[in-house]
Amino acid sequence: MNVWIAIALTAVGCYLAKLLGLLVPAGALERPVVQRLAALLPVALLAALTAQQAFGTGQHLVLDARGAGLAAAALALVLRAPFLVVVGVAVAVTAGVRALG
Amino acid sequence: MAEQTAPPQSVAGPPGGTAITAEAKPDAAVVRDALGVGIAVGLSGFAFGVTSAGSGLSLLQTCALSLLVFTGASQFALVGALAAGGNPYTAAAGAFFLGVRNSFYGLRLSQLLALPRALRPLAAQWVIDETTAVTLPQPTRRAARIGFTVTGLTLYVLWNLTTLVGALGAEALGDTAAWGLDAAGPAVFLALLAPMLKSTTERVTAALAVVLALGLLPVLPAGVPVLLAALAAPVVLFLMGRGKDGLMGRGKDGTPDEPAGEAGQGQEAEKAAAKTGAPRTTTQEDGR
Repeated sequence: MNVWIAIALTAVGCYLAKLLGLLVPAGALERPVVQRLAALLPVALLAALTAQQAFGTGQHLVLDARGAGLAAAALALVLRAPFLVVVGVAVAVTAGVRALG
Repeated sequence: MAEQTAPPQSVAGPPGGTAITAEAKPDAAVVRDALGVGIAVGLSGFAFGVTSAGSGLSLLQTCALSLLVFTGASQFALVGALAAGGNPYTAAAGAFFLGVRNSFYGLRLSQLLALPRALRPLAAQWVIDETTAVTLPQPTRRAARIGFTVTGLTLYVLWNLTTLVGALGAEALGDTAAWGLDAAGPAVFLALLAPMLKSTTERVTAALAVVLALGLLPVLPAGVPVLLAALAAPVVLFLMGRGKDGLMGRGKDGTPDEPAGEAGQGQEAEKAAAKTGAPRTTTQEDGR
């Protein structure tokens, strides 16, 4: 049940966020500070999520095979690999390290 | 994606007629750009389906997310937060804050597409990173509308199909962690984040968010650290704004000097980075 509540809230919230941009008059959100904040917010959230999902297990910090997978993904990004290759490399390296360890 | 959408101008009109050249982008070229992005990203719904099912969501819940939420980062964030044991409200809040950027895409698309009011509630569901990336560089309203529609439709259909296939596949695989699939989520986030790290401002924000997220993880309930880490954005903006009132003033006067502004922010970010040595180190570690 909790999962459905989360899904419903996220679906409604994300849809309204999309619709808001199409409906409000141009200029309403054009203040430079608002624009800068809107651009920076995803940066902070994505960085936090990357770190937590790679190094967190429950409420503990751990360094396991996911760390190696994330490092491989970072290398693939530096080499300008396409999106799917980046994800594939991370999965393959994580599975490989786990199989070896 | 910007490179993919560069208009091929081989069928241009008379030399020097830039307006005519801009009109000349053939529909087929727009469709090709849109399909390229739509198919490539649409296929990565597979990674979402697998991750979501691996996080313990049912097939129906996984497909509902792709059908109704349809903005990848928020979907990954939600299933990640739920898998970590977060309560539904903090999990949804994190996913929602990630989706707020779509409001700003909609604002720019709205002017470009000039959609009839009745169509806007339908078009809204497709206002995401990829449709915006394809639509904004188009030279004409017709090209923009074609780009938006073809990207949106391709991506929506493929993303939902591959979500279903991924979720079914994960159920067949059993323990998704043994296949390394728990690394798909962080890799997706990193791939979304990487192109955003354009200047020092973004890098300092990311570094501060990482420190907050990992530092607070052991002491706060699941989901809350990510929300607090989002505060890195206003904090860094505030720190950058302090001590350069002249620059901010110029921006408010409506005569922003872009190159000077960027340079100023860069210097300011270096100072902020020097003050907080630890976060910068973390960024470098991330980039290893």
